[in-house]
Amino acid sequence: MRYTLLTYTRPEDFAKVPPEELGQLKGLFGAYIGALKEAGILAGVDWLQPTSVATTVSEGGDRIQDGPYADSKETLGGYMTIDVPDLDTAIAWAKKCPMAKIGAVEIRPSASEE
Amino acid sequence: MAEVMRASYGRLLAILASSGSDIIAAEDALSDAFSKALIHWPKEMPRNPEAWLLTVARNRLKDTYRKDKRIEFHDEVPEPEQADATIDTIPDDRLKLMFVCAHPAIDARIRTPLMLQTVVGLDSETIARAFLLPPATMAKRLVRAKTKIRASAVAFRVPEPEELDDRVSAVLEAIYGAFSRDWLAENTLAEEAFFLATLLADLLPNNAEVLGLAAVITFMLSRHGARIRDGKFIPLEEQDPAHWDQALMQQASTYLTKAQSIGELGRFQLEAAVHAVHADRFNTGTINWDALVHLYRGLSHLAPTIGTTVSYASALGRTIGPEEGLAALMQIDSKVRVSFAPAQAVEAHFLQQMGRTEEAATAYDLAIALTVETPLRAHLAAKREALTPKLH
Repeated sequence: MRYTLLTYTRPEDFAKVPPEELGQLKGLFGAYIGALKEAGILAGVDWLQPTSVATTVSEGGDRIQDGPYADSKETLGGYMTIDVPDLDTAIAWAKKCPMAKIGAVEIRPSASEE
Repeated sequence: MAEVMRASYGRLLAILASSGSDIIAAEDALSDAFSKALIHWPKEMPRNPEAWLLTVARNRLKDTYRKDKRIEFHDEVPEPEQADATIDTIPDDRLKLMFVCAHPAIDARIRTPLMLQTVVGLDSETIARAFLLPPATMAKRLVRAKTKIRASAVAFRVPEPEELDDRVSAVLEAIYGAFSRDWLAENTLAEEAFFLATLLADLLPNNAEVLGLAAVITFMLSRHGARIRDGKFIPLEEQDPAHWDQALMQQASTYLTKAQSIGELGRFQLEAAVHAVHADRFNTGTINWDALVHLYRGLSHLAPTIGTTVSYASALGRTIGPEEGLAALMQIDSKVRVSFAPAQAVEAHFLQQMGRTEEAATAYDLAIALTVETPLRAHLAAKREALTPKLH
């Protein structure tokens, strides 16, 4: 079963993290991705720039807008798609994600296997 | 037929749902098997009715999962003596089903209804009545939970040792939720909660809290017949022990003794010990209030709740005096105290004992206003009435 882990954080919380810890966090995140690869379960991953540089296309392409689709305090920071047997295993991996400490990790099961 | 259904429903459903986490398909297959049984069993009763049902339901499940829906459904049923005779060797998956129902990814409010429907086999309308919800609302919430279990592949398995305590707690909460649901009402779920608690005690016989909860529910059930007389609620210490169910009291004591022998203190075990002190009145004729003070003190450390503080104050009032009891009661935040009926009832009782009759009357009035259960209101009204001659 494939699950996508979506990481949500508040940019203001990130801004509060001191630069040296930010570097440490990047290291932790790199190690986490390494562990997912090592376990042979990583099916996709990307890490996104802030919503301040987002562009949104809607209304069949008629509307092109500077900024994110939804204005919310928590923004999507990245995703990892993992292939594991069940939700408990997905939860166990989500708990280990460094982003779960700063913000939240949302687990969404894949719809393409339904 | 009804007996087979009651005894087998949860066991068969758990077996059918465990491999694919698909409770909805398992329910459909099982209900199909029961309707086929209605047709075939009157003609010839199978040797092993449970195995017969499992075979029919499994065939139906295979049809459900077949991709090509044009293929004819198999409608044949097994010969009465041919049905899968191996069922007795299939492990009981109901424990796993309970862990799925009380999974942290499932909304806590639907865990109890889900367990009642899948493990006990209670229909959704009966559950809706007990939870004071429109049947359509309850049905929708149950389907949503079952859909989530399937869609996100919540595995049917016993949790790892490091998370077992938390997961067991969630199962215990869900079972206790069924018991405490509208406990003086007619559509009580006490029997269903008893079924779940004792089943869990059979499946996890070495867990002290599991045994503790089984003891609590069994003790409380043993006194069901003694709680209301002539439409009026009778407090535990005023009940006639002759109205208590002896067999259930014995069963409850056995659970408690087993729980205590494990040597791990827990909330339910202490609550069960409180019930055991009251049960002792059957033999001794008296209540050991000192023991109750001790147990409530332990409970307030382990699982502090307002209810525990009120019970502690009440026991303290009995052993030392109403002044001390009242002082303990005053430890509760005043806003909480004036909105909690049991606190007001105990406060009224102490004030009455101290001769502060008018304050006692006010506290009883407040307790009555905060109480919805008719027999309990009648009990409080009688206590309030007894004050009248002393009021100026």
